[in-house]
Amino acid sequence: MTTRSGARGASVDAPLGAPARTKRFWTLSRRDALTGYLFIAPQLLGVLVFVIFPVGLAIYYSLNDWNVFTGDLDFVGGENYAQLLDDPQLPKVLAATAIFSIGVVVLNIALGLGLAVMLNRKFRGVTFFRTLFFSPVVVSVVAWTLVWGFLLQDNGGINGVLEQVGIPGPNWLQSGDTAMVAVVITQVVRSVGVNMVLFLSALQGVPSELHEAARIDGASNRKIFTRITLPLISPTLLLTAIITIVGALQAFAQIAVLTKGGPELSTTVLVYYVFQQAFSFNDIGYGSTLALMLLTFVMILTVLQWQLRRKWVFYED
Amino acid sequence: MRTETAPRIELPRVIQPRVRTRDRAAIVRRIALYAALVVMALPFAVPTIWMIASSFKPLSEIFASPPTIFTDSPTLDGYREAFDFQPFARQYFNSVYIAVLVTMITMFVSSLAGYAFARIKFPGQNLLFLVVLIGLLVPSEVTIVPLFQMFKDLGMINTHWPLILVTSLAAPCVLATFIMRQFFIALPGELEEAARLDGLGQVGIWWRIFLPLAKPALSAVAILTFLASWNLYLEPTVYITSPDLFTLPQALTRYTDAYGGEMWNTQLAAATMTVAPVLAVFLIAQKQFVEGLAHSGLKG
Repeated sequence: MTTRSGARGASVDAPLGAPARTKRFWTLSRRDALTGYLFIAPQLLGVLVFVIFPVGLAIYYSLNDWNVFTGDLDFVGGENYAQLLDDPQLPKVLAATAIFSIGVVVLNIALGLGLAVMLNRKFRGVTFFRTLFFSPVVVSVVAWTLVWGFLLQDNGGINGVLEQVGIPGPNWLQSGDTAMVAVVITQVVRSVGVNMVLFLSALQGVPSELHEAARIDGASNRKIFTRITLPLISPTLLLTAIITIVGALQAFAQIAVLTKGGPELSTTVLVYYVFQQAFSFNDIGYGSTLALMLLTFVMILTVLQWQLRRKWVFYED
Repeated sequence: MRTETAPRIELPRVIQPRVRTRDRAAIVRRIALYAALVVMALPFAVPTIWMIASSFKPLSEIFASPPTIFTDSPTLDGYREAFDFQPFARQYFNSVYIAVLVTMITMFVSSLAGYAFARIKFPGQNLLFLVVLIGLLVPSEVTIVPLFQMFKDLGMINTHWPLILVTSLAAPCVLATFIMRQFFIALPGELEEAARLDGLGQVGIWWRIFLPLAKPALSAVAILTFLASWNLYLEPTVYITSPDLFTLPQALTRYTDAYGGEMWNTQLAAATMTVAPVLAVFLIAQKQFVEGLAHSGLKG
């Protein structure tokens, strides 16, 4: 956070030549403070009412058993939390969540960086290709997922193309081995454009003199990339990693439209499981407990990455 | 980065003889680059092209083998059915008005809050900013169950209120506030000193000096917020039950026949209509989209 100069605020009202009324309550700095509070009020209220208060409610629900038919809340203490340990489906759900998130993050960062490096030079058509790789970002998730679902069907377009070259394609979405692969690829292709753009803007911030100097010293392209470029764009790497992993943990539409969590539980990620428990099985207490587990994961990851940044993120100053 | 030929010492541009050094290796490398890009582009471009092209196909041809891109007998049946099976025009209007409203509220709220956090001094500022940032950290799935109950108590289930309020004041707005703050913080301090001497108050400084300067940040905010609202899926699924009130993403998944089978041509036509306006705007203004995102303060 930048330190602000003290010149703003209080000191400005003196030199205006207004008679200094010592008793005046509404000094400029007080008026400023009031304006500040009023300016942030809608946003602050929004977060308090629609984020923080609901998180409190979720904690409360997680300690209760909720009968949706009578509307009665029964305090059950840690029972919902104990259910976490007994739930035979949960290990599978957590495994699917981990595979999905890791797959999406690794592919997204690798592909995003690769595309950015390829498209960070000047050649004819470079803008066209940047636009093209970014375009799925603006296609709505549900439409994008529907089309992929259509292409990935047993008799869909992808298998149709594979058939032409003599490869029998699997039934992508119905087979436990390939459903996750299909979901990850669908997600990565749709969202990698954002990372590509962030990497591009970071690469353009790398001063070219550094590259030239290294080249004069006889460094290879690979060395220049790993020793100069990568450290310089590491803050962006960190940021995209956080955005992507938190985004992956929240992917709902892709799963709901493409596989509905199946086959078996192979693509039931935590978010989808929360939705099922709360809104399909009406188990609001357990659903809230699972939701809080998701929140814990997101918090841990964010704090962890924040701590790690000192280790490997290079800041220019 | 430029394509390099043999490792040689780079001379400063002025001295370097202007001789064409495009040898064979460089040309081969260029061709390889284009080939790689075209192959990689397939999964990015083909689904959208396929969606648009197939929306004009008769149902029988959609699963043709070998698969076709363009049809010999184009038809608008899918488009007609999209309006027959659901109140699609109504749903379209719902999505548009909600997204526009949400975008306008967010631009207003986030530019106010972003300005205050960046340029006004008040006690508790840093703490309150952290409180607001929590809004970015909490996934919407965590709060959806309690929010559902809250809106149910307020009689707002099966209305558009939850979609408008939560989107325009919670997570997407917090991201917008963060972007606005980052932008305002980078502007020079002389701006408001001069404005103060001209007798402007904070509201005047915000409205007359800072907002006009913030066009790049505001357009980034507008784009991100509009897309967030346009693409919302979990929330409508939870809050809305009558087809008249559906938004587009929700409507798209409801094109099934009496046996629950997917009506693919109708679905693809509806999907095309959902995607087309945003895609068209993006293609016209792609520079603003991409630069807006890159310069939105999201950089590390």
